[in-house]
This record gives sequence, structure tokens and C-alpha cells, in this order.
Amino acid sequence: MEKKKKFAQLGDIWKRLRKNKLAVLGLIIIVIIFLVAIFANFIAPYSYDQQDLLSCFQGPSAQHWFGTDEFGRDIFSRVVYGTRISLLIGFVAVAIAMVIGVLLGAFSGYYGATVDNVIMRLMDILLSIPQIILAIAIVAVLGNGLFNLMLAVGISSIPHYARIVRASVLSVKDQEFIEAAKAAGSSDLRIIFKHIIPNCLAPIIVQATLGVAMAILTAAGLSFVGLGISPPTPEWGSMLSSARSYIRDYAYMTMFPGLAIMITIFALNVLGDGLRDALDPKQKK
Amino acid sequence: MLKYVGKRLLMMIPVLLGVTFIIFSMLYITPGDPARLVLGDSASPEAVEQYREEQGLNDPFLVQYGRYMKNLILHGDLGTSYSTKKPVIDLIKDCFPATVKLAFCSMLFALVLGIPIGIISAIKQYSIFDMCSMAFALLGISMPVFWLGLLLTLLFSVKLGWLPSSGFNTPLHLILPAVSLGAQSVAVITRMTRSSMLEVINMDYIKTARAKGLHEKTVIIRHALGNALIPIITSAGLQFGTLLGGAVLTESIFSIPGIGRLMVDSIKMRDFPTVQGGVLIIALAFSIVNLLVDLLYAFVDPRIKAQYK
Repeated sequence: MEKKKKFAQLGDIWKRLRKNKLAVLGLIIIVIIFLVAIFANFIAPYSYDQQDLLSCFQGPSAQHWFGTDEFGRDIFSRVVYGTRISLLIGFVAVAIAMVIGVLLGAFSGYYGATVDNVIMRLMDILLSIPQIILAIAIVAVLGNGLFNLMLAVGISSIPHYARIVRASVLSVKDQEFIEAAKAAGSSDLRIIFKHIIPNCLAPIIVQATLGVAMAILTAAGLSFVGLGISPPTPEWGSMLSSARSYIRDYAYMTMFPGLAIMITIFALNVLGDGLRDALDPKQKK
Repeated sequence: MLKYVGKRLLMMIPVLLGVTFIIFSMLYITPGDPARLVLGDSASPEAVEQYREEQGLNDPFLVQYGRYMKNLILHGDLGTSYSTKKPVIDLIKDCFPATVKLAFCSMLFALVLGIPIGIISAIKQYSIFDMCSMAFALLGISMPVFWLGLLLTLLFSVKLGWLPSSGFNTPLHLILPAVSLGAQSVAVITRMTRSSMLEVINMDYIKTARAKGLHEKTVIIRHALGNALIPIITSAGLQFGTLLGGAVLTESIFSIPGIGRLMVDSIKMRDFPTVQGGVLIIALAFSIVNLLVDLLYAFVDPRIKAQYK
């Protein structure tokens, strides 16, 4: 019974999402990017770090669709493998931010008073630093590297989740079903995890979708200035960073990694916007 | 009003103290001995120890933090850069104007382009102009600052040779960086202006204003835009934070000697006092902008002004 109801709800959301053509386009692109990431080793004609010094700086051709870079590496293969890195960073960073942010926000909203004050003031402090600057400061402490980058981007987006969850907790906390759960003797933790968080899922999902885009963009930006992932790992931002030196003579090198970032961010943004509309109960008819 | 400003300024103090504390403790736990970094690998252990003692690096954490804050508040001293041996505050003073100029020009660009396009899109909803501007806005939001910067350099300085690709001496140097940094904000502000105008444009008082025989321009600008401004100002204020952050990337593309580049270079040289100072100054700038945005509300909306009393 319970399960059936949930499916019906999902069906409703899907119905509303399907009407938004842009969101569907975004979803399709995301699925394709996922497939490319999963099957990268079948799609890429070359390995991402296979150097061929005899064929450096070759423009796009039948052999090398996107051309080759300064070490003769196939740019198409590197962009394809790059989907893995970017998706990994995006999703792990958002997972870190979401787990910590949701917990902080839920505790803050549920317990109120001192707990709320301490947590939210801390969030205010973090929010007073622009996200990419905060991520840079964290990278300064942790050092370069894939995991540190994910951690830095993740930590710097915690406050967004904490705030959203806190606001939704405050709106449901005084409703009857929470009181009923309390009266039935549920523990605070049970109430938070079983009753409150599931009720705040809609804004969290929207924020997470847009958050993945933000995380990929921040990570690519950090790699671009040399504070993220360094070669030979095929990260789009760092590929752009090395292509930059050859912009005068080999402009094609700057095209494809940038295009890959833009398409990914575009897809996530329109999907996020679409989900926001589809999940908004105010628009239900 | 003055009381409100005072209260807001007082509220900024704990936030900024918090920023200094968090940044100071983050860099305190960073692996690596500051004395070693300053003196180099060839220094003898005795010299390192002596330096640690002199600089108070052996003191407990809170004592060090207290000293840092005392110097900061009393003398505006942010410590000494490890790499250049100059006071951090001087480095920041040299770099800050470039960043402010860049962020300001980008904001101006975003407002001058974003608000009119948003208004026209709202008035002519679903027209070709509206469709095109919304499509461009979507592209703009998804465009990475650093890639746009590269593409603009490629087109306007490499191919056409119209604009310089690096440096920061003349107004001409500002165009490419400001456009690439501001593009995303143009998109955000356009979308915000359009949706906020659409909300008010069909209200009864607008019909009344038209029925009174007011000029269409007056109706749109005074009556509709006046009431649609609050969300636009809010999003522009938030964009300023994004601009300050994005300035880091833009400065590095166009070789602009600003705070962002200073910070990136300092991290690479493990020059932590400079990083600390940079983060602090950006947080300060961002907090002040947020305050100004809140004050601007009062000028735009008399109802909010009444609340501030």
C-alpha cells in the first residue's frame, strides 16, 4: 500500500517533469554523459595518457576527432575519460555537502535554541566567504589532488544544504504528525530521520542537482588555475589550462574541453530548474 | 535608519571574527613548518628554532591567534608574507583596487545589459526577442567564466586584434575581463528581471495606471519596475559574491594583478599569511556589499524603510 502510494507520487512528478521539454533534454544529456563515463574505455579510441610525440598539435581529423595536444595525446579520448573525473567530483562533493549539511540543518531546525544559534552562525560565517574562495582556502590547507578537491568543494557548499533543510524542518516540525510520533514515544533521531528529512526531500533534490553543476564548475575552475587536478589526469579544467598556452596557434585545443563543461552544466541546470517546478506542490493542479 | 545601519555594522563584527578564527585555525593545522618555509631548506635546525621562538611560533594556538587579532585590530597588520617578506597589508593594498575595479565594471555591465533585456522580454513575453534572450541567458548561466575568457581572447585579440589579451593599464584592457566575468551575471539578472516583471505586470494597479492615461514608459518604469526591483537587487547583491570569486579565475586568464591572482600565487608558494589576508579582505568586501544591498532596499521600497526604524 505504502509502496504503491510512493510510486504514484513519483509518477505524478514524472508527468509534470515530462511536460518541460528543456528538463527532459537535460535528463537525456545527463544519461548520455553517464553512459560515456561508464563505457569510456570502449568509446575512447586511445588511452588518455598515451603520448605520440610524432603527432603533436594535429587539428581535428578522421583519426583524431578533436585533434591531439602538446604531447600528441588524443583530445577526444581525454574528453571522454574526463567525464568520469567530472562526474566523480560533482557527485562525491555533493554527497559530502549533502550528508553534513542535511544533518546540521535538521539538528539546527529541530532542536532550535542554542544548537540552532551555534550551527547557523557558523554557516553565516562560511557564507560570508564566496564559495570558490572558501574552496581555495581549503585547498591551501589540504593540498592538491582529486580527493582534496572533492572535499574542498564539498565543504564549501555545506551551508546551502544546512539552510534549506533548516527552513523546511521549521515548516514541518510543529505539524500534527510529528507530535503524534512524539506521543507514540519515537526518539528524536527516529523523528528526524523517519519523519522530518523525508518531508524535506524536494528542496534537497533540487539543490543537489544544481549543486553537482556548481561543484563541477568550481572544481574545473580550481584545476584551471592550477589548484586542483594536475595532468596527466584528464580533467576538463586542467586541459583548458594547458591548452591556454597554445591559444595563438592551436585554438582547437581550447574548444572541446570547454564545450564538454558547458554542455554538462547546461544539462544539470535545466534539469534542476525542471525538477524544482515538478516537485513544487504549489503548482499541482 | 542610522540605528539600523549601526546594528548591522555591529552584527558584522562576530561574523568577521569568525572568519579570522576559522581561516587562522585552518592554516594553523596545515602541515609544514612556517619557519622552514621562511628560512628555506638549507637553514640549520638551531636557526629554525630561534626563528620559531622569535616569531612566537612555539606559543599555544590561542596566544598566537590573540596576537594576530591584536596586531590586526590595533595596527591593521595582517602579518608578513613568507615569500616577499613584505607586510601582507601592503600587498593587499596594491592588489585590491584592480579586483574592485574588475568586479565593479562587470556588475555595471551586467546591470546595464541585464535589466533592459529582462524588461523587454517581460513586456513582449513569448516573442522572438524573448525566446532569444532566454536562450542566451541559459547559455550564459552554463558558461564557465574561464572558458568564455579564453574564447573572447581568441576572437577579439588573437583573430581580430582589436583588444589586448592581458595587462591592466587602460580602460581598453578592462573590456574583455569585465565582459567574461560579467556574462554569467547578465544571464542571472536578465532572468530575474523578466520573472519579477512578469509577476507585477498583470496586476490591477498597472491596468489602473494605464487607464489613467499615463505614458507607457512611465507605467513600465515607475509603476512596474519600481515594484519589481527588490528581487532584482537581491540577485545582483548575491551576484557580487560570485563576481568576487570569479575574479580569481578572470585575473589569472588576463594577467590582472588583483587579489585573486595574489591568492593563487601565494598558495602555490605556501605563503599562508597572504592567503589568510586575501580571504579576510574578500569576506569583508562581500559583507559590506550585502549591507549596502539591504540599505538599498529601503531607498527602493518605503515599506521596508518603515521597518528599519
